[in-house]
Amino acid sequence: MNSPAFVPKKDATAMIDPISQLEWEFRLPPVPRAPISATPISMETMVELRGVTKLFGSMTAVDAVDLQIRKGEFLTLLGPSGCGKTTILRLLAGFEVPSAGQILLEDKDVSGVPPYRRDVNQVFQSYAIFPHLTVADNIAFGLKMRHVPRAEREQRVNEALELVSLQGLGLRRPHELSGGQRQRVAFARALVCRPKVLLLDEPFSALDAKLRHAMQLEVKHLQRQLGITFVFVTHDQEEALIMSDRIAVINRGRIDQLGDATDIYHSPASAFTADFIGEANLLPSEVVHKNGVSAQVRLAEGLELNVRSSAINEGSRQALLSVRPEKIYITRNKPMKENAFKGVIEDEVFRGAMDELRIRVSTNLSIMAMVANESAHERAWHKGDTVFCAIHTDDVVVVEQK
Amino acid sequence: MTTTADPRAAIASTQRQPGTTGWLLLSPMLLWLGLFVVAPTAILFVYSFCQRDELGQVVFEFTWSNYARIADPVYLNILVRSLWYAGLTTAICLVVGYPVAYYIARSPVQRRSWLLLTVMIPFWISFLLRTYAWISLLKAEGPVSGLLEWAHAIATPLDILYTPTAVMIGLVYTYLPFMILPIFTSAEKLDNSLIEAALDLGANPVRTLAHVIFPLTKPGIYAGVLLVFVPSIGMFAVTDLMGGARVPMIGNVIQNQFGQARDWPFGAALGITFLALFVIAFWFLHDRGEVRR
Repeated sequence: MNSPAFVPKKDATAMIDPISQLEWEFRLPPVPRAPISATPISMETMVELRGVTKLFGSMTAVDAVDLQIRKGEFLTLLGPSGCGKTTILRLLAGFEVPSAGQILLEDKDVSGVPPYRRDVNQVFQSYAIFPHLTVADNIAFGLKMRHVPRAEREQRVNEALELVSLQGLGLRRPHELSGGQRQRVAFARALVCRPKVLLLDEPFSALDAKLRHAMQLEVKHLQRQLGITFVFVTHDQEEALIMSDRIAVINRGRIDQLGDATDIYHSPASAFTADFIGEANLLPSEVVHKNGVSAQVRLAEGLELNVRSSAINEGSRQALLSVRPEKIYITRNKPMKENAFKGVIEDEVFRGAMDELRIRVSTNLSIMAMVANESAHERAWHKGDTVFCAIHTDDVVVVEQK
Repeated sequence: MTTTADPRAAIASTQRQPGTTGWLLLSPMLLWLGLFVVAPTAILFVYSFCQRDELGQVVFEFTWSNYARIADPVYLNILVRSLWYAGLTTAICLVVGYPVAYYIARSPVQRRSWLLLTVMIPFWISFLLRTYAWISLLKAEGPVSGLLEWAHAIATPLDILYTPTAVMIGLVYTYLPFMILPIFTSAEKLDNSLIEAALDLGANPVRTLAHVIFPLTKPGIYAGVLLVFVPSIGMFAVTDLMGGARVPMIGNVIQNQFGQARDWPFGAALGITFLALFVIAFWFLHDRGEVRR
């Protein structure tokens, strides 16, 4: 059985009205929003990276990356700091020129095209609002540079202000705005140019948790409503899971895995992805047997697990397994299930909605499990309890084998 | 959070008045300024309305005549020439200094300090020594002339010493660092992402310079203009040594009144007039230099 309760709640959280959580100087009725799937993502390619490599001196920041970004999709480049995700974004913006490979925008090679001749705009991490210009002049900047006539410019600036719910603040100076408002200006300034691709460089990292979550949902709605291709860079795996149509997990300048949120979470292709996204028990094991019907691995003496036969390659002798902590079911009595084993609770950490349990299942193996925190008055599990753990065969993911 | 108050009021309230400790810390400088700037200026102001006797002594009898003398075409000419030279010096320093300052500010930190050092090194050598060095460099039998002749760039030996050209070279050389340093300070504070944002929004490098980089380094430009223009207008050593007193500026005239001519009241009137001009110019530039951030 799968456990839907612990899957990232993509849709349930969309119920919160983001407007109500923001700091407003005056109230406005919420902007009517299109349903979340207003613009279907086409299969056409908007941006293509072909063997793109970027060297800084002897350091390889981006290592032969191939990537196709679809028209209208929300693609996230996710990885730890220094993995090369920001360099990929800067290559797309035109601030860096690839050392090798090609970048194609709508099938045209733009590798050497400077940023001011690309139909791509960016929302900067620091927002980069021009301090010497008013809000309206900031938003009008890109239109002015593209010689849009004054009347049209004013109209589009007003539309953009409305789009990000900043009506009436056009004449303010940037230093008179709050952080959240400044970010909205950054979005409006980039979107008013109607770019083919919008690049976002960790735009929410400076916001507090509540505001960040509201903005995540709002930006997601905005993207769906406008149908513009978004390329989003973040190191926050939760943010990536909430917002993205597809996620490219980046590690050491390479794409480790590319897929949608559930793919990446439930079927990590590598130990790195399993460990980086959410939490994972990474368990080394030996392959005991494998045939067409079943396969069995040994974690420790007397601790064997059945895994999907298709997950183990012919001839593999060792396998690294990934098991999500919330996929481990804890019971008092021995369950009538396969993959059940006994353990002792070694440690218990209260984490709000969840209880984190560290369970010793063998002399030199302990695993982490997450259980719902059932009651405020009594906790179901205590340190020292002897419990039974069960793992569904489908929840054991083989991330490496040899 | 709901902020109904004017945010400008909140910002203003954080700029505190100096307390007792503040005044105490300021006192040495206030004493210095009082004794050596305010008091002498007051004396000059009084002198400027006085007369002189045949021996050059100051006679305390009220007169406007010193100020009336400034309107004499001889002095007006020198005044206009001084303004022109100072203005040209400022313009050349700005055109030459801005790219240098910008380049230094945009260099990696380690190279930046080396480059700054090269700007500062001339200050370690006596100003007079450097001026005399220029004289021997520029004279007809000097190395600059020799090099140009050798390269067939000129046919006859260089004859620029004791000409306005030499004075300009001397002035620009002397004041260039005072243009570079404040612009450097401004450009160093410029956030690189603002430049990238301008490029990203479709501004080519020239327009980025005009619409983002110049406006945001304005405080440095104004400070540099002030620091070059004001002292170069009163400069007398360079004009004396490199202009051979053939191209006197107002500084030379003032120096002369307090020296050989022994006409302190007239010198004082010239000095006070210039002070008044500077104060007006400063107010004008200061109001503009304050870029509202």
